[in-house]
Amino acid sequence: MSTMAVPDIAVAPVDEGFWTRSRKVGLTLLGLGLLSAVLFGALATDQQARFTLSDDAAGAALEINGTIGAILFGIIAIAAGAALLAGVPKRWFVPVLGVGLVGFVLSFLCWQVSAAPTGQNFMPLVNIIRGTFILALPLIFGALAGVLCERSGVVNVAIEGQLLMGAFSGALFGSISGSVWVGLVAAAIGGAFISLLLAVFAIRYLVDQVVMGIVLNLLAVGVTGFLYERLMQTDAARYNSAPRFSNWEIPLLKDIPVLGPALFRGNIFLYLGLLLVLVIHIGLFRTRWGLRTRSVGEHPIAADTLGVKVLRVRYRNVLLAGVVAGIGGASYTLALYSFTKNMIGGKGFIALAALIFGRWNPTGALLAALFFGFADQLATYLGAISSSIPSQFLAMLPYLATILAVAGLVGRVRAPAADGKPYIKG
Amino acid sequence: MSDDSPNPQSGSPDKEPASEAQAAQNALGNTERAEVATEPDRSVTTPAPEPESKPSLGRLFLDNLWAANTFTVTLLSLVLAVVVGAVLMIISDPAVLSTYSYITSRPSDAINSSWTLVSEAYANLFKGSIFDPEAFSGWLDGANGWQAVLAPISETLTYAAPLVFTGLSVALAFRGGLFNIGAQGQATIGVIMAALAGFLLPLPPGLHLLVAVLAGALGGAIWGFIPGILKARAGAHEVINTIMLNYVATYFLTWLIVQNGVQDPNRTDAISKAVDSSAQLPRLLGDNLRVHAGILLAVLATWAVAWLLNRSTLGFELRAVGANPDAARTAGISVTRTYILIMVFAGILAGLGGSNMVLGSTASALTPLVVAQIGFDGILVALLGRVKPWGVLLAALLFGALQAGGNRMQSYSGISLELVTVLQALIVIFIAAPALVKAIFQLRAARAARLQTSLAKGW
Repeated sequence: MSTMAVPDIAVAPVDEGFWTRSRKVGLTLLGLGLLSAVLFGALATDQQARFTLSDDAAGAALEINGTIGAILFGIIAIAAGAALLAGVPKRWFVPVLGVGLVGFVLSFLCWQVSAAPTGQNFMPLVNIIRGTFILALPLIFGALAGVLCERSGVVNVAIEGQLLMGAFSGALFGSISGSVWVGLVAAAIGGAFISLLLAVFAIRYLVDQVVMGIVLNLLAVGVTGFLYERLMQTDAARYNSAPRFSNWEIPLLKDIPVLGPALFRGNIFLYLGLLLVLVIHIGLFRTRWGLRTRSVGEHPIAADTLGVKVLRVRYRNVLLAGVVAGIGGASYTLALYSFTKNMIGGKGFIALAALIFGRWNPTGALLAALFFGFADQLATYLGAISSSIPSQFLAMLPYLATILAVAGLVGRVRAPAADGKPYIKG
Repeated sequence: MSDDSPNPQSGSPDKEPASEAQAAQNALGNTERAEVATEPDRSVTTPAPEPESKPSLGRLFLDNLWAANTFTVTLLSLVLAVVVGAVLMIISDPAVLSTYSYITSRPSDAINSSWTLVSEAYANLFKGSIFDPEAFSGWLDGANGWQAVLAPISETLTYAAPLVFTGLSVALAFRGGLFNIGAQGQATIGVIMAALAGFLLPLPPGLHLLVAVLAGALGGAIWGFIPGILKARAGAHEVINTIMLNYVATYFLTWLIVQNGVQDPNRTDAISKAVDSSAQLPRLLGDNLRVHAGILLAVLATWAVAWLLNRSTLGFELRAVGANPDAARTAGISVTRTYILIMVFAGILAGLGGSNMVLGSTASALTPLVVAQIGFDGILVALLGRVKPWGVLLAALLFGALQAGGNRMQSYSGISLELVTVLQALIVIFIAAPALVKAIFQLRAARAARLQTSLAKGW
């Protein structure tokens, strides 16, 4: 197959002269800071913006006057932007950028919380953090599935289909057997089934991997939707009433203020997701399996020369990805909701965005997923305090952020070199 | 090899009958993996090695019929998809499934009930999309008018029209080496612009329609331009960006619908004002049949894209860039300019598809689901049509027929419309992997082996 030499992988153009990427980002941040200090400051009210350390309005809270807070945090963003513009050492780039962005977000929150209807000028942090993690959970599993696949050189656009099939088979077999564990195993197998199709067609029959991913998503939507109407809708008690995992409280950790009630009284999927991030990160960068996976994804010919079975590694990783995504799908049907048609509703594509935004790195994917989950949770929260910000624009945020990232505005994004290229042993 | 062989250029070994020589020669032109290509040869046994002067036309026809050419693979993919669909129907019907529990004692029960279920469903699929014998006899008896006879075809054409546009959009980009997954988003912005022009601008009939259609094209062009310029200038991969822009467009649509001046003042749910009748595409066969002028536009667009690709300078540059960007650049073609133009043209086509959804008879106002799935279906249509304009037209007609028939299948046989999605996905899966179809049916290798519609490039 022909190799594309036009910037096939997204590489930020090399900036020369004064306007380095760091300075451009700094200028943007400076603009955002000015916007927040002036506009948010003007729009914020004199109400106290309370960030309560609990599930509701009660209890201890961090408080700040709305106007002062909006302006203060805006100034922090301006300062961070100015620092970047003036030029900071390279290792300070990410932390300074982080401080600036957090300042911007806090300024925004001060405005929103203070401008809420009287009596609702509070933001329950425990609630927000818990919601963020719950909404991020399918993204974490999905993005990890993407990491496993793409690090070994197989593009995984079928995350949506894997999540959906996992959710469906988890619900179906969990209901029939009445056991959550059977449901969990079935979900993993369901996700792996979509993965198997992806692997066979992409690796054995050399079908374009993006094409295959798109088609598999449609296939999963069709098959689960069809069986849902035929089985689950006609006899919901028998086919669509899966038992759910109860919440497990982790001793000691559950007593940590704010984080304890938010995170350590959750269900198995939350712990499993966070554990998997750790395991896959260590596995990918510290073990023999990870080295082989990465070498197959970067330079399969070299790996083959050294005796790594390229196709076997790819098959194994793609199947593993299906297992992970299938379990992610079950985090819906075995913990939160009963199955409905097309219930993943695009989360698989946000997971793909998280994967790219997180630079094909498990920890990066986790942070990206949390950021997207936070945006999602924020949209819900702002809807509840009848904010003037349309929730649709917050919902766009993950997608816009990914476009900016890929265009090289928020750092360099580079896919594994052999990602999407079939390997033909020659 | 005898001297009077029909294939003067044949390089196959000696002492082979003509038909096998041809099969072997075909194998030479085959780009598939060798192991797959040689398999079918063993199944072909020509009895006596008597020297044939010339194989009969019928013989050649039969040989080619069972070879893995485009037509046969497409047809067999359809067959495979229909078979899998039948299996899905059977295993999801508890009543039929129960007859399988005693299949060893009374197999006729299981076979009969399965056959009734499947044949009835597929008969309804056919009646809803192409021809309904009952309506025809009713017309002869005078029980119903001629419209009822044409109703299935009308439905098929109505569903096919937007798919032609989105299919062309994806196919055009494919030929230029870009994968436009964003037809959905481009169609969404197209539908927004067309609808806004349709109910906000007070224009005379005729001009109003023209402006509304062009507004849809403009909307699509804008949404195609963004990933085009990002690809050309920043090297950002168009697959990622178009996926993301699809969602941005969808959220923009859901936001826009409920704004003042856009939302229908008499409604509380998310629906916009209706497009003025002066901006609606005229119906072709009277008010009772839904088929509208969009299908004529679609044929026109197919012709235009075929001309653009095969006859114009831009089309040449586009194909050159798609085949090998380095060579194209060396030859003096501006690759960045071509990338931008490809995406703009793809956007225009998808935007026109969007216009069809709101200016035609499918809907007359914006709703969150007004675009349906035409962008994603367009990807399948483009692949099924082998990314050739007229092929896309035929593929869109097939998909339109599946949807039209699926509606009848749902209401008459109770088979959910999702089965159509399954069939569509399966058809394309089998088409994308011709080697699999060849292996299942033991096809011989074909002369024209350009079956793999593969871009084979990464992010």
